[in-house]
Amino acid sequence: MQLTAKHQEYWGKNLRITGLLLALWFFVTFVLLYFSRDLTFSFFGWPFSFWVAAQGALVVYCLIIWYYARYMNNLDKEYGVAEGEEA
Amino acid sequence: MSVFAGEGQTQSQFQKSLNRVFMFYGGGFAAFVILLAILEQMGMPKDYIGYAFLAATVLLYGGIGVMSRTNDAAEYYVAGRRVPAIYNGMATGSDWMSAASFIGMAGTLYLTGYGGLAFILGWTGGYCLVALFLAPYLRKFGQFTIPDFLGARYGGNMARLIGVFAAILVSFVYVVAQIFGVGLITARMTGLSFDVGVYVGLAGILVCSFLGGMRAVTWTQVAQYLILIVAYMIPVIWLSVKHTSNPVPQISYGYLLEKVTAKEEQLLKDPKELEVRGIFKARADAAAEKLKDVPAAMAADKEAATKKLEELKAANAPEADIKAAETALAALPKDEAAAKAAYTAARAANAPRANPPLRHAEPFPGKDDAARDVARKNFLALVFCLMVGTAALPHILMRFYTVPSVREARESVAWSLFFISLLYFTAPALAVLVKFDIYTILVGTPFNQLPEWIARWNVVDPTLMAVSDINKDGILQLAEIRLGGDIVVLATPEIGGLPFVISGLVAAGGLAAALSTADGLLLTIANALSHDVYYKIVDPNASANRRVLISKIILVFVALAAAYVASLRMADILFLVSAAFSFAAAAFFPALTLGIFWKRANKWGASLGMLAGLGISFYYMAKTHPWMYGLFHNGTLTPEILKANTWWDIAPISAGIFGVPLGFAVIIIVSLLTKEPEQEVQDLVENVRFPSFDGTTSQGTAAH
Repeated sequence: MQLTAKHQEYWGKNLRITGLLLALWFFVTFVLLYFSRDLTFSFFGWPFSFWVAAQGALVVYCLIIWYYARYMNNLDKEYGVAEGEEA
Repeated sequence: MSVFAGEGQTQSQFQKSLNRVFMFYGGGFAAFVILLAILEQMGMPKDYIGYAFLAATVLLYGGIGVMSRTNDAAEYYVAGRRVPAIYNGMATGSDWMSAASFIGMAGTLYLTGYGGLAFILGWTGGYCLVALFLAPYLRKFGQFTIPDFLGARYGGNMARLIGVFAAILVSFVYVVAQIFGVGLITARMTGLSFDVGVYVGLAGILVCSFLGGMRAVTWTQVAQYLILIVAYMIPVIWLSVKHTSNPVPQISYGYLLEKVTAKEEQLLKDPKELEVRGIFKARADAAAEKLKDVPAAMAADKEAATKKLEELKAANAPEADIKAAETALAALPKDEAAAKAAYTAARAANAPRANPPLRHAEPFPGKDDAARDVARKNFLALVFCLMVGTAALPHILMRFYTVPSVREARESVAWSLFFISLLYFTAPALAVLVKFDIYTILVGTPFNQLPEWIARWNVVDPTLMAVSDINKDGILQLAEIRLGGDIVVLATPEIGGLPFVISGLVAAGGLAAALSTADGLLLTIANALSHDVYYKIVDPNASANRRVLISKIILVFVALAAAYVASLRMADILFLVSAAFSFAAAAFFPALTLGIFWKRANKWGASLGMLAGLGISFYYMAKTHPWMYGLFHNGTLTPEILKANTWWDIAPISAGIFGVPLGFAVIIIVSLLTKEPEQEVQDLVENVRFPSFDGTTSQGTAAH
C-alpha cells in the first residue's frame, strides 16, 4: 500500500499523543515518587506521597488509558482509518 | 450451539445476550450464597459450606467449559475475536489477578507498609504501556500468539523460537505458583490434603480450557472476576463500617491511617514492647553466641536440661512438668550438624522479632540517608520491572487478540485497568483496616480475653498467626504477635465478626483468582507449543482440527507437569514469580515495541536483543539471589560475595532494570549494523499502525 500525507499526519499525531501521555506516566510514577520523602503533607488524612502511590497514581493511569482510547478512536474517524461497524 | 458462540448474531445482539446471561448468573450466585447462609444459621457444619463452595464453583467453571466446547481454530485460540471490550476487560482482570494479588497483596502491604505499594503501582501502571505501545497494534496484526508477531515481524523462525522459549519460561513458573495456590486454598476450604487439592483444582482448570480453549477460558474468567471482586469487597466494606461507619473503605481509611501512625509512635516507645523486643534480641544473641562454639553449646544445653529435670524430680513437681522436661531433654540436637542448624534457625527466627515495628506510611525507611537512598532506588527499580513486565506477559497480551476491533482493543485496556483497580484500590485500605484493628483493639488485651479467631488460626496454621506471652505479663503486646501475610485477607471476615459463609466466599474468591490465571497461562504455553512450534515450524500443512487436537494434548501434559512441580513445594516459588516479571520485561518488551515503532529493527537485532536482555537478567539473579546462586555455584552466597556481585545496590528481583535497557541497546545497534528488513516486513509494520485502510476490520489470516 502507498501511504498518503494524510496517513503520515495521522501517525505523527499518534506519536505525539503517545509521547505526551508517556511523559505524564513517567512524571507521576518516577518523578513524583522520587520525592516521596519530602511530600508528606496531609492530604485528606493521608500523607500525600502515600496517597499518590496507593490511589492517585492509579487514577492517573486509568485516565491516561481512557483518554488515549477516546482520542485515537476519534482520530481514526477524522483520518478515515476507522474500522466499519460490523465485520 | 451455545450462548457463548454468538453464531448468527450481530455484535450488539451478542453483547445483549451476554448481559442477560451474566445478570442471571450473578442473581443465581447471590441466591446460592444466601441459601448457604440460611443453612449455616440452621446449623449446617462449616466443612459442608467449604465443600459446597468448592463443588459449586468447579462445576460452574466446568459447565461453562462444556457449553463453550469447540474444535474451530479461531474459536479455540482467540474466542472467535468477538469478545466485547467490557467483557474482555473483566476477563483480563481475572486473568491478571492471581492468588498473589487476591490473598497475598493486602498481607504484603500490612507487613511492608509503603514498600508494598511498589506492587500496586507496578501492576497497574504497566497497563499504560500495554495501551500506548502494544494492545491496538497487536489486535490489528490479528494472529494467535505473541511469538506469532515476533515470527511475522522478524522473519524466519529464530525470533519466534526465542519468543516461544521466553513465553514458556515465564508462564510455566507463574502457573506452578497458581496451582500451588489452588492446592493451599482447597486444603483450607475443605480439609482435604494439599495434594488432593492440587488435583481437584487441576480438574477444574482442565475441563474448562481443554474443551473450549480461549472461548471457554474467556467466559469462565468473566464469571471468576465477578466472584473474586465480590468476595474481596464484602468483608472489607463490613470492616470499614465497623471501624469508621463509612461503607467506602477506600475513602475512610485515610482517617484510620492517622490513628495507626499515632499508635505506632506510642508502640515504638512503650516499655512493655521494648521489654518483649529485648527478650527476642537476647534470644537471637544467645543463638549467635552458641554458633561460635557449637560443641560447647551442645554440652551446656544438655547439662542445663538434665539439671532442670533433676531439680523438678527432687522438688516432687507435677507429673506433667517432669514429662515436659524429659521431652525437652530428648529433643536436644543429636549431632553437631543438627545443632548448628537449630541454632541458625533460632537466630533467624528471633532476630527479626527484635526489630521495632515499621512506620506504615513512611516512604523508603532506613537507618541513615544512604540506606534510605538504597531503599528508594530499589523501590523505583521494582516498580519499573513490574510495569514493563506487566506489559510483556504473553497471557495478558494474548487477550487483546480476542476483541472484535482495534477500537475495542483500546477501550478494552481501559476496562481492564478499571476492573483491576477496583481490587488494587481496596488492598491498601484493607491492610490499614486490619492494622488498625490489631494495633488499637487487639494489642493490650489480656491473654484470657483474646477473640476466638486468634485461637482458631493458631491451630489451623501457626505460620499465619501465633501469639505467646513472651514477657509473662498476661497482656498481649504487638511484639508478641507473629503474623503471616496471607492471614490479612483470610481472617478478615472473622475479624469483622461475619458468619462463616463469608469466609467460604473469600476462599472461593481466592480459588477463582488462582484458577483464572492458571487457565490463561496454560493456554499460553499450549498454544505456543502447538501453534508456533508444531504448526508454524514442524508441520505447516496441518489441518485446523489437528492443530486444535495437538494443542489440547499438550495442554493436559503441561498441566500435569505444572501440578507435579507444584507438589514439590519449592520454597522459592514466590521469588520465581517476581523474577518472571523481569524475564518477561527483558525478553519481550524491547522486541515488541521496536517491532511496531521502528521499521529498521531486524531479525538479528531482535533475536540477539531478546537473548541479551534475558541473559543479563538471569546472570544477575544467579549472582545475587541466594537460591539461584546455590544452583549455579559451589558454596553459599555470603554477605561479602553478595556485596561484590551487586551492581548499584539493586536487588535480584529487579534484574530487569539491566535487562530492558540492554535489550533495547542491542536491538538498535545490531539492527543498524545488519541489513534492513525486507519491503514485505516494512509493509507489515505500516499495516499494523493503521486500524484500517478501507473500512474493514482485520480478522487475521486464518479466520474461518
